[in-house]
Amino acid sequence: MTLAEILASLFPEGHAVTVADGLVAGEGPFEGGRLRVIGVDGDAPLGVEGALTLAGHVLDAVRAGDKAPILVAVDSDSQRMSRRDELLGLNECLAHLAKALLLADRRGHPTVGLLYGHSAAGAFIATALATRVLAALPGANPSVMDLPSVARVTKLPLEKLQEMAKSTPVFAPGLDNMLATGAVHAVLDPEKPLGPQIRDLIAVLPERDERDRLGQERGGRPVAEAIAKAVADQIRAG
Amino acid sequence: MAGPDRDRLSWYEASARQRLDALLDPGSFTEVLGPAERRMSPHLPLFDLPRAFDDGIVVGSGSLDGKTMFVAAQEGRFMGGAFGEVHGAKLVGLLRAALDVKPAAVLLLLDTGGVRLQEANAGETAIAEAMRAIVAARAAGVPVVGLIGGRAGCFGGGGLIAGTCSRLAVSEGGRISVSGPEVIETNKGAEEFDSKDRALVWRTMGGKHRRLIGGADAFCADTVSAFREAALRLIADAPAFDLDTLTAEQARLRARIDRFGQCRDATDIWAKLGVNDPDAVPAMDTGAFDETVAQAREAVHDAR
Repeated sequence: MTLAEILASLFPEGHAVTVADGLVAGEGPFEGGRLRVIGVDGDAPLGVEGALTLAGHVLDAVRAGDKAPILVAVDSDSQRMSRRDELLGLNECLAHLAKALLLADRRGHPTVGLLYGHSAAGAFIATALATRVLAALPGANPSVMDLPSVARVTKLPLEKLQEMAKSTPVFAPGLDNMLATGAVHAVLDPEKPLGPQIRDLIAVLPERDERDRLGQERGGRPVAEAIAKAVADQIRAG
Repeated sequence: MAGPDRDRLSWYEASARQRLDALLDPGSFTEVLGPAERRMSPHLPLFDLPRAFDDGIVVGSGSLDGKTMFVAAQEGRFMGGAFGEVHGAKLVGLLRAALDVKPAAVLLLLDTGGVRLQEANAGETAIAEAMRAIVAARAAGVPVVGLIGGRAGCFGGGGLIAGTCSRLAVSEGGRISVSGPEVIETNKGAEEFDSKDRALVWRTMGGKHRRLIGGADAFCADTVSAFREAALRLIADAPAFDLDTLTAEQARLRARIDRFGQCRDATDIWAKLGVNDPDAVPAMDTGAFDETVAQAREAVHDAR
């Protein structure tokens, strides 16, 4: 689905969500209140300015105090890769955006990610992965790194990686693999209105971060939950 | 390890375990899920790669000046300290326990190239889980302090974790960025970033630049004792995690981009910061550099 189609499905009565320079911001009527929307569209890379613009919208929402849900719609490139962005502290700007979303969550705003295209690396962590629950639409294509680049770094033949990717979700790009890892909670049905599907996700927001449990259940991260629990249990026991 | 050894031990050269042993009060460190338990990566054998018994991270508890600390130290010499499934889960478990136990602080000895590509999805997701857990610990009043000065630097998702900490101490060798020099060069060409130009790497991502622009809160000489002193100071002075702090951070980062967004090189930024001789910064010793930092008002803030 395109962003326009998503917004039309979410807000059949119309909305005030706009896109400028690949950055999405606005709101629309939702469940008797409103749904705020931020995001990245058109496979745009996320740099220092974009991260701060989006974080500013999130902090404005927190200041408004209405606890309205925040949808983070993402079809992005990776972080913007440039000398200038790193010189200006891209790590702080992306972390700031993630912290703003985590603060909003703590202050009672349900935060829902909606992955409808690509996303990768630092941009993915600062946006979709900083929400309480992350949904995706079929065709979404999250990745950490594409397979040809993985082949370059790991010095393994691309053909071998493509073969391994079929049985090993832990390293390969793609929605199915991120679903198996537990990073993506659910895949929505584009044939049905999105509003009720988002509403249903918000109704059952997980109380704790359950991504490692999902990864264990789905087989994409077989040991993370047990390892985290073992460390926490042992250290609590002193 | 007693004081004099702590004074001599190079943070950059030391292993993760050596750093922890020398950083904490002597004999106080207790590791959990240590190498004897052999909790190794289930994935690396698929790539015919050797494994480490601790998956490249040491986690546990100890004391610093008698106060209880939770600690995690990445081993930059194993796969560049990168986040794999077990590695990341050990950090996440430690941070989650901090929320209940409420130690005096959590110290993160970051030394990482970012996500381990052979386990990329697990590493990326673990970084997101760690950031959520750091925020929860900070909001509960537990300072999370990052100490960065290792061989692998602090890149990729490690840079985002650093930006989530309450405070950061960094040494000259502690590079912090999201895209590493090689990644930028590979994707955008050597005209954008020549990764072989080591001076450019240090100027753009190194500890002195981060300290001068307020990307880190303390600059340390390359010894364990310097990091220990910085950690004690920063724990006592950690900002809260709340709307005021993030509002201040928004203004701080916005002002930085407005003021320095046109600068081509770190030396241009340093000149605008009021540094008398920007070209002299890379060669300055810690004392001279501290005096220089004192001229830069951007360097001191509670906006993180």
